[in-house]
Amino acid sequence: MKASRTKERVTWIIISVLVLLYALFPVVSIMATSFKLPSELTSGKFLPSSWTGSNYEQILVGSAQDLFLSSLRNSIGIALIATFIAVVLATLCAYAIARLDFPGKKVILTTALAVSIFPVISIVTPLFNLWRNIGLYDTWPGLIIPYLSLTLPISIWTLAAFFRQIPWELEQAAQVDGATTWQAFRKAIVPLAAPGVFTTAIIAFFIAWNDFVYGISLTSTEAARPVPAALAFFTGASQFESPVGAISAAAIIVTIPIVLLVLLFQRQIVSGLTQGAVKG
Amino acid sequence: MSTTTETPTLPSGQAGRTGRRRAIQQFSERAKAERRLGWWLAGPAFVIMLAVTAYPILQALYDSLFSYRLTAPDERTFIGLGNYGVVLTDVVWWRDLGVTLLITVVTVVVELILGFALALVMHKALKSVRGWLRTAILVPYGIITVVSAFAWFYMFDINSGFVNTWFNWVPGIDPDLNWFAGTWTSLAVIMASEIWKTTPFISLLLLAGLAQVPDELTEAAEVDGASWWQRMRRVILPNMKAAIMVAVLFRALDAFRIFDNVFIMTNGAFNTEVLSLLAYRTSIGRLEIGLGSAVSVLLFACVLLICFIAIKLFKVDLASQRGDK
Repeated sequence: MKASRTKERVTWIIISVLVLLYALFPVVSIMATSFKLPSELTSGKFLPSSWTGSNYEQILVGSAQDLFLSSLRNSIGIALIATFIAVVLATLCAYAIARLDFPGKKVILTTALAVSIFPVISIVTPLFNLWRNIGLYDTWPGLIIPYLSLTLPISIWTLAAFFRQIPWELEQAAQVDGATTWQAFRKAIVPLAAPGVFTTAIIAFFIAWNDFVYGISLTSTEAARPVPAALAFFTGASQFESPVGAISAAAIIVTIPIVLLVLLFQRQIVSGLTQGAVKG
Repeated sequence: MSTTTETPTLPSGQAGRTGRRRAIQQFSERAKAERRLGWWLAGPAFVIMLAVTAYPILQALYDSLFSYRLTAPDERTFIGLGNYGVVLTDVVWWRDLGVTLLITVVTVVVELILGFALALVMHKALKSVRGWLRTAILVPYGIITVVSAFAWFYMFDINSGFVNTWFNWVPGIDPDLNWFAGTWTSLAVIMASEIWKTTPFISLLLLAGLAQVPDELTEAAEVDGASWWQRMRRVILPNMKAAIMVAVLFRALDAFRIFDNVFIMTNGAFNTEVLSLLAYRTSIGRLEIGLGSAVSVLLFACVLLICFIAIKLFKVDLASQRGDK
C-alpha cells in the first residue's frame, strides 16, 4: 500500500515536471536570450555565461526607448479602452439575454458567434482604405473600433453564461425584505455578477493585447502602433547589430503582467473560458 | 436559446377568472415593455458587432469588383469578377491554400491529442497538483502570439538558437542546419509555436467536457471489467463528442486564420505563405485594394465553407452547444 502511494506520488511529480517544462520552456528560453550580451547571442548555448541587463536598458532608457515605450503606452491604452467598451456593452447585452424575454436573443448570440469566427484579415483591407479616407488611420480610435470585433463577441458569450447562473430571485427577496430596487440590485446582484464581469474583462483584455493583424495593418507610426506590431519593427542599436536581445527583453516585459494575471486569477479565467464555450 | 430564463416579474398567478382580460392586456403591455428594454440593452452591442464586421466585408465585396490600386486611384474601373479570375487562376492562391490547410489539419490533430492528454492528466490529478497544472498550462494561453513566435524562432534560428547544438546527435540536425531556409523545416517550427500556444485552450475545453461525463458510467464500466481503453472508447469519448467537436471546429477556424507566426518567422518565404499573409501582402503591401479585397472575400468564403461542412458533417449545433444545455 505504502509503496504504491509513493509510486503514485513519483508519477505525479514526473508528470507535473513535464507539464511545467512544456508550459514554461519557450518563455524561459526567450528570457535567457534577453539577458545575453550581443556577443553571446550566437553562442549556441541556452543560458548566457554572463548575465547582462543591457538589453533592458536599451529599450527602457536607451536608443530603442522611443519605439518601445510609445508602443507600450499605445498597447495598454488601446487594449484597456477596447476592453472597457466591450465589457460595458456586453454586460447590458448579456443582462438582457439572461434576464428579459424578448425575440431576437438567438439572433444576437448567433451573430456574436459568427463575428468571433470571422477572419480578421478579411476586414483589414476595407478598413485600411476607409480609415485612410476619414483620418482614422494610425490613430487610437482606428484600432479600438476594430478591436471591438474581437472583444465584444467573447464578452457577450462569457457574460451571458455567467449571468444565467445568477439566482435573480435574490433581488426580489431583498425587495420583499424592504430594500429599494436600487439597493436590491446593488447589494444582492452586483456582488454576484462582479466576478463574471471581471473575468470577462481579463479574457477580453488578453485578446486585445494579443492582436497583431490590425496593429500592423492599420498603423504606421509610433502614434498608435501597439507592442506586437512594434516588435516586428525592432532594429538593433546600430544597423549592424541584431535586434534579438532587445526584442527578447521587450517580449519579457510585456509577458510578465500577463503571467501575473494568470497566476492570480487562473480559477476565474478557466471557468470563464470554458463556461462560455461548453457549459453555458 | 431553448431555455429562456424565467421572468419572475410576469404576473402569471394574478390572472384570476374575473380580471382575466385585463390581466392579458397588462401582460402584453408588460411583455412589450420588456421587449423594448431588451433591445435597448442588447441593441448597441449587436449594432456595433454588425458595424465592425458586416459593413467591412460588404465593402470588400464591392471593392473586389474593381481594378483599384491606391497608387493609381484615378484608374479605378469596374471589372466585375475579373479579380476573382486573377486570384483563382494564380498558382500562388492554390499554394497558399494548400499550406494553410496543411497547417490547420496538422495543428488541430496534434493539439487534439496533446490537449486530450493534458486534460486527462488534469482530470486525474490530485486536487493539490491540479491547481498548479492549470496555472502552468494557462501561461502559453496568455502569451502574445508574436512573442511565442519570436521565442520559437530564436530557439531554432541558426545564429541565436541552441536547438542545433542540443540536438546535434539527432540524424539530420547539425550546427549548419538553417531551419528557416526550407519549406518543411520552417513549417515545422511555425506549427510547433502555434501548437504550443493554443493547446491549453483546447485542453481546457476538453477538461470541461470530461467533467461532464457522469462518474457512474465509467465506474459501472469498470465494475463490468472494461479495460482502460474500452472505457475510453465506449464510454468517455462518446459522451464528450459535443465538447470535442466544438473544440475542433473553433480551433480549425482559428488555425485557418494563422498569420502572426508566419509573418514573424518567414514572412512567407520558401513557400510558407498562408492565405492571411497573401491578403495582407496584396492590399497593405502592394496597395492593390481590388485584388486584396477579392482575396479577403475568398478567405471569408473558405471559413464559411469549413463551418458549413463541419455543421453538416458532424451535426454540431454550435449555438446550443456554446449557449445552453
